[in-house]
Amino acid sequence: MRGVIMQVPAPIEYERATDVAHAVDLLERLGQDARLVAGGHSLIPMMKLRLTDVEYLVDINDLHDELGYIRIGADEVRIGAMTRHRELLESAELAAAFPIFGDAEKVIADPVVRNRGTIGGSLCQADPSEDLSAVCTTLDASCVIRGRDGERVVSMDDFYRGPYETAVGQAEILTEIRFPVRPGGSSAYFKVERRAGDWAVTSAGAAVWMADGVVTDARVGLAAVGPNTTGMPQISALLRGQEPTEDLYERAGALAAAHCSPSPDGRGSVAYKRHLAGELTRRSLRRAVERIQPSTVHEKER
Amino acid sequence: MTIAPEAPHATHRRREFTDNDGHPVGYGRMLRKEDPRFVRGQGKYVDDVVLPGMLHLAILRSPVAHARILSIDTSAAEAHPKVKAVVTGADLAKQGLAWMPTLSNDVQAVLVTDKVRFQGQEVAFVVAEDRYSARDALELIDVEYDVLPAVADVRNALAPDAPVIRDDLDGKKDNHCFDWETGDEAATAKVFDEAQVKVTQDMVYPRVHPAPMETCGCVADFERVAGKLTLWCTSQAPHAHRTLYALVAGIPEHKIRVISPDIGGGFGNKVPIYPGYVCSVVASIVTGKPVKWMEDRAENLISTGFARDYVMRGEIAATKDGRIQAIRTNVLADHGAFNGTAAPVKYPAGFFGVFTGSYDLDAAYCKMTAVYTNKAPGGVAYACSFRITEAVYLVERLVDCLAYELKMDPAELRRKNFIRPEQFPYTTQTGWVYDSGEYERTLDKAMELADYAGLRREQAQRREHGELMGIGMSFFTEAVGAGPRKDMDILGLGMADGCELRVHPTGKAVVRLSVQSQGQGHETTFAQIVAEELGIPPEDIDVVHGDTDNTPFGLGTYGSRSTPVSGAAAALVARKVRDKARIIASGMLECSIADLEWEKGSFHVTGDPTQSVTIQDIAMRAHGAGDLPEGLEAQICYNPENLTYPFGCYICVVDVDPGTAVVKVRKFVAVDDCGTQINPMIIEGQVQGGCAEGVGMALMQMIAFDEDGNCLSASFMDYLIPTALEVPHWINGSTVTPSPHHPIGAKGVGESATVGSPPAVVNAVIDALAPFGIRHADMPLTPSRVWDAMQGHPTPSF
Repeated sequence: MRGVIMQVPAPIEYERATDVAHAVDLLERLGQDARLVAGGHSLIPMMKLRLTDVEYLVDINDLHDELGYIRIGADEVRIGAMTRHRELLESAELAAAFPIFGDAEKVIADPVVRNRGTIGGSLCQADPSEDLSAVCTTLDASCVIRGRDGERVVSMDDFYRGPYETAVGQAEILTEIRFPVRPGGSSAYFKVERRAGDWAVTSAGAAVWMADGVVTDARVGLAAVGPNTTGMPQISALLRGQEPTEDLYERAGALAAAHCSPSPDGRGSVAYKRHLAGELTRRSLRRAVERIQPSTVHEKER
Repeated sequence: MTIAPEAPHATHRRREFTDNDGHPVGYGRMLRKEDPRFVRGQGKYVDDVVLPGMLHLAILRSPVAHARILSIDTSAAEAHPKVKAVVTGADLAKQGLAWMPTLSNDVQAVLVTDKVRFQGQEVAFVVAEDRYSARDALELIDVEYDVLPAVADVRNALAPDAPVIRDDLDGKKDNHCFDWETGDEAATAKVFDEAQVKVTQDMVYPRVHPAPMETCGCVADFERVAGKLTLWCTSQAPHAHRTLYALVAGIPEHKIRVISPDIGGGFGNKVPIYPGYVCSVVASIVTGKPVKWMEDRAENLISTGFARDYVMRGEIAATKDGRIQAIRTNVLADHGAFNGTAAPVKYPAGFFGVFTGSYDLDAAYCKMTAVYTNKAPGGVAYACSFRITEAVYLVERLVDCLAYELKMDPAELRRKNFIRPEQFPYTTQTGWVYDSGEYERTLDKAMELADYAGLRREQAQRREHGELMGIGMSFFTEAVGAGPRKDMDILGLGMADGCELRVHPTGKAVVRLSVQSQGQGHETTFAQIVAEELGIPPEDIDVVHGDTDNTPFGLGTYGSRSTPVSGAAAALVARKVRDKARIIASGMLECSIADLEWEKGSFHVTGDPTQSVTIQDIAMRAHGAGDLPEGLEAQICYNPENLTYPFGCYICVVDVDPGTAVVKVRKFVAVDDCGTQINPMIIEGQVQGGCAEGVGMALMQMIAFDEDGNCLSASFMDYLIPTALEVPHWINGSTVTPSPHHPIGAKGVGESATVGSPPAVVNAVIDALAPFGIRHADMPLTPSRVWDAMQGHPTPSF
């Protein structure tokens, strides 16, 4: 048996990409053993623990100029894959469009990690406990993936293939995440962690759209309660056409608790995580609706 | 330092900073002398030591907890171009070095020869040209393991069918390590039989780890020609380590120099001798080159000295009106695969015997069974004062359980049962002689600082609204400053400490200590002790420590013993120098010794203050021409008369989110009585750090294992260190009850907060959960565990 306990990486080769096309070329040329590194906050610890067999690192931090952006459009928000957590946290425009980003980014890791970590890296790591995947699921995002033969756009459902697996092919790169903007909506995110900066015990995001005091659509995304982060269609179906009430949140929470599949670990028991899925779903729906109500009032007054 | 003339407006600003910016000639607040080098990144740690031609050592550790080694193939590793040596247990066995003694008279494998006994145990090592190649080569070693069932849960260790871990010991047929008892079993049983109220509570103090910022490591440099070994090492006890290396490795003691440079935190983790140190010495001897070994964080967490791991049943007997009569406890202690606890030899369970706490009891009894398990060895670490942490947790939880049953206020229950000031020196039911105390004054001060009555009123209001607010108190008494030598030793080395002081001709001084700072501020505190005695400003006194070639012998820093033991030595050696200075002064002033009066820093002729000489004048004269006695220096070894008994009262306020069960520590008041205070700023810093550790232990830390003995807490992702966001603004207070037998009345404070704070936090959480009818829940009180407790499951099965 060969097994080592250590935190020092094995030898690697290192390339620095100058633009997206160059990155794709490098991935093509270097083959299966190459990996992109952006913020490096997941990949490098895994390399140190020798849990990966990466031979080539393709550093895409120079692509920040090309892929680091938040563009707020009338119908769509586009975020470049190299946009750093800190930029997401500090963007007032993004917070206005999707308050869930501010809620989530405040509780993702710590400032040091947020200075380097990127939204693209977070999604491509596809860790079931990762917060931004839940945010993107909640907001019904789609992902732009570029390869040598051009771009394709996939929904979050299709992007996320399971724990640590995505739709991004070997010689492809996630370049952008797109979020539809619909009127009358808001969002919120709640996370329970054992300590600041820890991965979620459980977290829940909610996005709600309303018209005339009635929910027109709603989405809930959960993190750390099983591999399925593809949203909670049952909850959407429950909420559509309803007036938001505590009872409604209660029933939505019960659905979240029932339809997740947490595992027991050092962060919590199955029963507790299920409880949290319900409790945090209720809290995030309540907060999202509260955020809509003042603006609705404002509209009417106008 | 030049001080610019003050602008008028600066006066106010200065006052604001006097707390931190004093320049006392003696005791008082002053900034730490050592801090400029730390805050500027100029500290010199073991890993900063780089020697010409230095090689790097890495250790292959077992991925499984219990397995017989069938074969080890090192050929591929040896073929690595940058590898200089690969060494296995079989190689060490040929030199008689495969096993070494532990600090508790057990033996521990340096490298495995027969079977692996815990995950992370040292199996082989590689020496290579750089640290990366050394680790790459580890991956090339092929070990064939015959995996055996593991004993991972201490409660299964003595089962008849449990696999025997220590079959290396002659005739060993089970996993029993030692039994220990203290107190009077029959007398205690009688009190319990007749008691009006009896409360029994099971509790687990889980395995935790001190996790110092700097991991363990060393640089070994064996010079073949001189036959001298120099070992830069993360050691809290350089002199004791040197003696042990001499006894184990056979290198003459005078040919060994152990240097403990700046140490990035110890907390007991750096008391033992680890296999890595021995491997590095062997590697340097084999290769003829200096060899560096620094463990990774995972190695530190899985293989080095842990703390606690006590499964306790506590019983408390009392009258209906709340007079506590007796405490009885039965403990199952998990000592891991080798008994590596550092404990004064007469006390196999360390100082757990002080479990009677701060209370005047009629009887007490403890029975303890210690066992071997397939886990890392250790036991005394994480600032525990030789197991007082467990003892204080036991008694302070029990008292709260009793308060719960009697529906009494826990503060008043404590007050009612305190040992009274006039009872000191007080001999406890387990035979410890508490030197001094005035507990009620400290309790009052803490309650006043916390506004205890106001907190209780607020709690009542909040409970009406369904909010879960908890107030927790602990009142601890510590026993620190080991020896005396007649009672206490580590492997036969008596617990006393030396000190040397030399005043240079210009009145500057150097004081040499046997204890070793790991961040406690020795370079400031000890300079202040000498300053207080001689009147030389602390900045004029250099403190030398951590180098066996340049300091007197002593047992080192742990168990909060530096100030109680070496602090006394520093004061006494300074007084000895002062006595000599008096003789010289009498010559200089041409008067009799009896006619001299000492005023801090100078002698003058009684009745004529103009006829005076300063200590600096005397120093110059002592080194000058003439026939007055020469030199101004002295040496001493201090053998403590008794331990010192610091105490304190901590009050913690928490809010528990009823929906998520997340605990937020809102307020924390710590009132400590450590006797005479040398530098109150340093004391508060130590208390605040210890309280943060206490919050960590109470709420988030545990070294957990699965049923196969795999360690589940081998990184800081899984083993959590509290951050500024988890701790409140600390509120410190103090009372001063000097130790009557200590030369300066100081008692030691380094571990008070780690000892006293966990029960305060736990008591607060349990108090918050009172509406759920909960009397106890086990640490760490993570959100999940608190929620489980709220559902009626207070004791998880790990």
